[in-house]
Amino acid sequence: MKHFAVGLVIALLVVMQPASAFDSELAFQDPAMQERYENMTRLLRCPMCQNQAIADSPVGVAADLRRELREQMAAGRTDLEIMDFMTARYGDFILYNPPVKPKTWLLWAAPVLLLLIGLVSAAVVIMRRSKGEMDDAADDTSNPGAGTA
Amino acid sequence: MWRYILPGAVFLVLVGFLGAGLFRDPTLVPSPLIGKPAPAFSLPKVENAAETISLEQYKGRVFVLNVWGTWCVACRQEHEMLLAIAREGVVPLVGLNWKDDRTQAQAWLAQLGNPYDASAFDEEGRVGIDWGVYGAPETFLVDGNGQVLFKYISPMTREVWEKEFLPRIQTARQGATS
Repeated sequence: MKHFAVGLVIALLVVMQPASAFDSELAFQDPAMQERYENMTRLLRCPMCQNQAIADSPVGVAADLRRELREQMAAGRTDLEIMDFMTARYGDFILYNPPVKPKTWLLWAAPVLLLLIGLVSAAVVIMRRSKGEMDDAADDTSNPGAGTA
Repeated sequence: MWRYILPGAVFLVLVGFLGAGLFRDPTLVPSPLIGKPAPAFSLPKVENAAETISLEQYKGRVFVLNVWGTWCVACRQEHEMLLAIAREGVVPLVGLNWKDDRTQAQAWLAQLGNPYDASAFDEEGRVGIDWGVYGAPETFLVDGNGQVLFKYISPMTREVWEKEFLPRIQTARQGATS
């Protein structure tokens, strides 16, 4: 129980850190808006320093994009509208979650495809093994040097 | 037989992908603006805050928009080439002075020479965002219909100017006159 409490405090501290170490103050007084803002700053990628979200980047363009985000949120624009604004200027590149489209289907399908290939290969190997000694022997003669493991 | 061909084929495909990745520059973010209308802007000039420079003023002309800043080392590197382009006078060069200090920008132009028709003073970087600018120098080519034809990220060189810009300028003009 004690561990749980400590863990909870640590978790809260992690969650409650400001959106960006580079914002001097909270962007919004409303906690819900602030949370939304922080989530968005982590979903948008800094185009200059490419392995950072705009939340984590000290460069000027990331600060400008955070300002843009704050202003648009304050103006009542939806997340989708803001994302559209960003991709119209910087392309899909700015999204940490690339959209599913013909150009990216391989990217999104790859994990499933690789898993399927693995499963099929495993199945083939297992079925061959379970056929018994005779096939193995036949295999060996047709493939000298392939080993009998 | 397949147990040799298959892994070999998979390996070759992988080599193909990785090899292609090796020769691409991941720091170049492709611009979604190509083929789209250039984002409108209207800003005070660097040279004189009382004067305005806008996209409207270049309507009907092929022009080059070059993003620069005095804090940008690579801009200094390309400056000589920009001066040469200005001397050759094929197209007007419009400057977008991005996230800079006006006094320093003016000093830069006075010291190194001013290749620009005029420079827009984008202190807050808002026009920069509209153009998808993320670093300097960046150079855009806009045609007479106000369409963005091309974007080049990195210092301008003679080679890039002759290979990428001049042919596009020519076709843009031929398209406009025909």
